[in-house]
Order: sequence, then C-alpha cells, then structure tokens
Amino acid sequence: MAHKLSIFRGLLTFKSNQQKIWGVLIFLSIVTAIEVALGIIKPAILLTPIFGMKGLNWIFIILTLVKAYYIAWDFMHLRDEKRSLTSSIVLPLLILIPYLIFILLVEADYIYNVMLDGFVSWNF
Amino acid sequence: MEATTPDLVENENVWGGGNKPLNASYGKMMMWFFIVSDALTFSGFLVAYGFSRFKNIDSWPIADEVFYHFPFLHGIDAPMYYVALMTFILIFSSVTMVLAVDAGHHMNKKKVAVYMLLTIVGGAIFVGSQAWEWKNFIQGEYGALETRGGQILQFVSADSGKRVALESFAADIPGDRIQQTSDSGIWFSSESSLPNYSVAEIQAGFLADPNLRIKTEMIDAQTGHKIVLDRAASEVKITEAMHVVEGANLIHNEYGNRLFADFFFFITGFHGFHVLSGVVINVIIFFNVLLGTYERRGHYEMVEKVGLYWHFVDLVWVFVFTFFYLV
Repeated sequence: MAHKLSIFRGLLTFKSNQQKIWGVLIFLSIVTAIEVALGIIKPAILLTPIFGMKGLNWIFIILTLVKAYYIAWDFMHLRDEKRSLTSSIVLPLLILIPYLIFILLVEADYIYNVMLDGFVSWNF
Repeated sequence: MEATTPDLVENENVWGGGNKPLNASYGKMMMWFFIVSDALTFSGFLVAYGFSRFKNIDSWPIADEVFYHFPFLHGIDAPMYYVALMTFILIFSSVTMVLAVDAGHHMNKKKVAVYMLLTIVGGAIFVGSQAWEWKNFIQGEYGALETRGGQILQFVSADSGKRVALESFAADIPGDRIQQTSDSGIWFSSESSLPNYSVAEIQAGFLADPNLRIKTEMIDAQTGHKIVLDRAASEVKITEAMHVVEGANLIHNEYGNRLFADFFFFITGFHGFHVLSGVVINVIIFFNVLLGTYERRGHYEMVEKVGLYWHFVDLVWVFVFTFFYLV
C-alpha cells in the first residue's frame, strides 16, 4: 500500500511511514499539552465571550477538531484511501453532527430562557 | 474480439461486482460503516449532554471542582492532570496500534505481536484508570445537602474558601433512623443505604460553627465561580435542605445538577465499554498473530481492521475529554 508521507499540506515530509507515525504522535502530544496548560492556567484574557462562548472554549474545540483530523487522517490512514471512500465517511458526519448540535443547543437556550423568565420558580 | 470484452465490461460496470470501486475490502468497508454509525451515536450522547448543559448554563458543575484527584496525592488539588495522563496513555496505545498495522504491511510477525501486546497493555491501563476515576466520583469526598427542588448546597470555610466535609462539623444526635430491610420493614419493602448523617445533624452542626458558609449551584457570571452565600443567607438556606448526599449515584450526586452524574456515568461508561471490548478484540487478534493465522492468510488486514476500531475509541475520547473536562 502506498503511503502519503507529508503532513501540514506538504510542509513536513517523512522518510518512512513509521517516522510519520512518531511525528504525528509528537504533534498530538503538543496539542494535548497546550490544552491541558490552558485548562490549568485559564488566562483571564481568553475568558471573554466570543459569539456567545468563552474564547478559551473555542480554542479547546478547535484544537479538538485538529486532533480528530490527524487521528482520522494518519492513524486511521484516511489520507491513503481513495477520495470517494474518504468523502462517503466524512461527509455524512460533517452534515449531520453540526445540524444536530445546532437544533439541540438552540432549543436548550430557549428552554433556559423560559425557566429564567417564566412564572414558575425552579428553585424552591 | 473476445480479448477486448473484459476491458469493456470493467469500464462500463465499475459497481457491477468483481472489483473494488472504493479500493477497500468488504471487511474494511463494514468496519467503516460501523464506525460512522457509532460516531453518530456518540455525537447523540455528547450533544444531549450539551443540551442539558445549555439548559442549566448558570448552574452546571465546574469540572475542576469535581475531578481533582491524582493517585498518591491525597488532599492535593490537582485538576486535569489525571485525565491528561489518561489521554496520553490512550494516544500512545493508538500509536503502537499503527505501528502494528505498519509491521503487518511488512509481514513482520514478531513486530506485529510486540506492538499488539503494547496496545493491549495501554488499553488495560486506560480502563483501570477510568475505574479509579469512577471510584472517586461515586465515593465523593465532602458530601452536601440537597433541597426540595434538587439544588445542591455545599459547605465552604469562610477563612480559606475551601470545601468542608460533612464529617468535620456534623453534630451527633442520638436516636437516628435505622435502615429498613425487607425482613423487618413495613410491607416487607427495603430502601437504599442511608447516609452517615441526618439532615438535622448537619443543620445543628452548621449553626454551631460560625465559620461555615453555603456554596450554591449558581455560577457568578462575572467571575465564573460558584456563588457563596454570606452567613445570614446561609442560615436561611440550610433550612430548605431535604436530603444528605454523599458521593454520586444515578439519582443524587454531591457535585450539582443530577443530570451531570447521569451523563458522566453514561458517556464515560459507554466509552469505557468500547475500550474494554477493544481490548478483548485486540487480545483475540494478538493470539491469532501468535498462532500465525495471518501469516498463512498472506496478509495482516485483520490487524488493520481492529486498528480502525481502536483509533476510533481514541478519537471519541478526544471529544469526551474536551467536553467533560476542558470546556
């Protein structure tokens, strides 16, 4: 099986598949270490809300998606598969999951406001 | 004429059978089918968690105040470290799995076996770590009171702002209720085990110690911390208490919203079950490698297929880690 040995859009090319695996491990470890460090320090500047959520939480979610990409592309070797296979795996998830997130979180926010402004007390 | 016919058939009929249009074998395709559907299942769980959290956005428990244990560090506040360690263990066992797959491509039986064994060890350590995390979660450390409306009231010291355990201030009032068992109870019904203290004991102990304050579930939007009541408000609030809660189960938990413990048990439990079944499958494949099954078959694709499953478990953990411990 032919392996594609470049990551970061060709910025970093490895000599063998084994080297690429270790390279990806180092990258994932660095990302996790950044997440943990931010989670412990919680810089005050990142706690201001951006688009309704703390800036820090946006960073966590983006870093998680970055990790997910490299796990799927290099560990699950989607990078080496045919484009049609990759698309048929990734597209349903990319369409359905954001949709589910959108409808449920909007609904939850609505319920929160009903409980906040409604006439019924929930704290008795 | 006859020589050109097969070519024609192949070009016109990519999906007609006999070839692999997606360049993946049947087994690998089915593993991907399973992974995609399982990914949707986990998204359903995590989004449901998000729903409950957004619904109770101003009172949801703060992860750092719940998960702060680290092995051999008793009484030291170490949020994040343990779960970060678990994440590294799982990512590392993912790496040994890819290395096993890679060795399989080179038909190197010995290397495949060694890397598979390392993967199994990593997975077992992870499951063990999760069990320890559950143990701490179920046991709890400080205990709390619950009001009629299901709000959790925790106790903090006014001097240090740190949590105070129930046992350190509860008064001792004799004549407590004993646990009802089916052989001695009315109508032969039993009940779940009683907490160590009664509500009256906690209330009396609280009133006797002027240094105690009540920490509510509500989050101060400015600071992001839970709101601590002053002494006068605390003395009013404690009269609303209905139950003593120590640790966590599916109905009550001392950390905050009841749904929080439910989602914790359900999502990390479902993930832990995936890891456990992954370890079992890996053990089976490991023995097949030792027996030379794949050597005789001529390829190690089976290792690749369980590898896909194993990486998927790692992938899910990355999201559980973010949404339970970081965000």
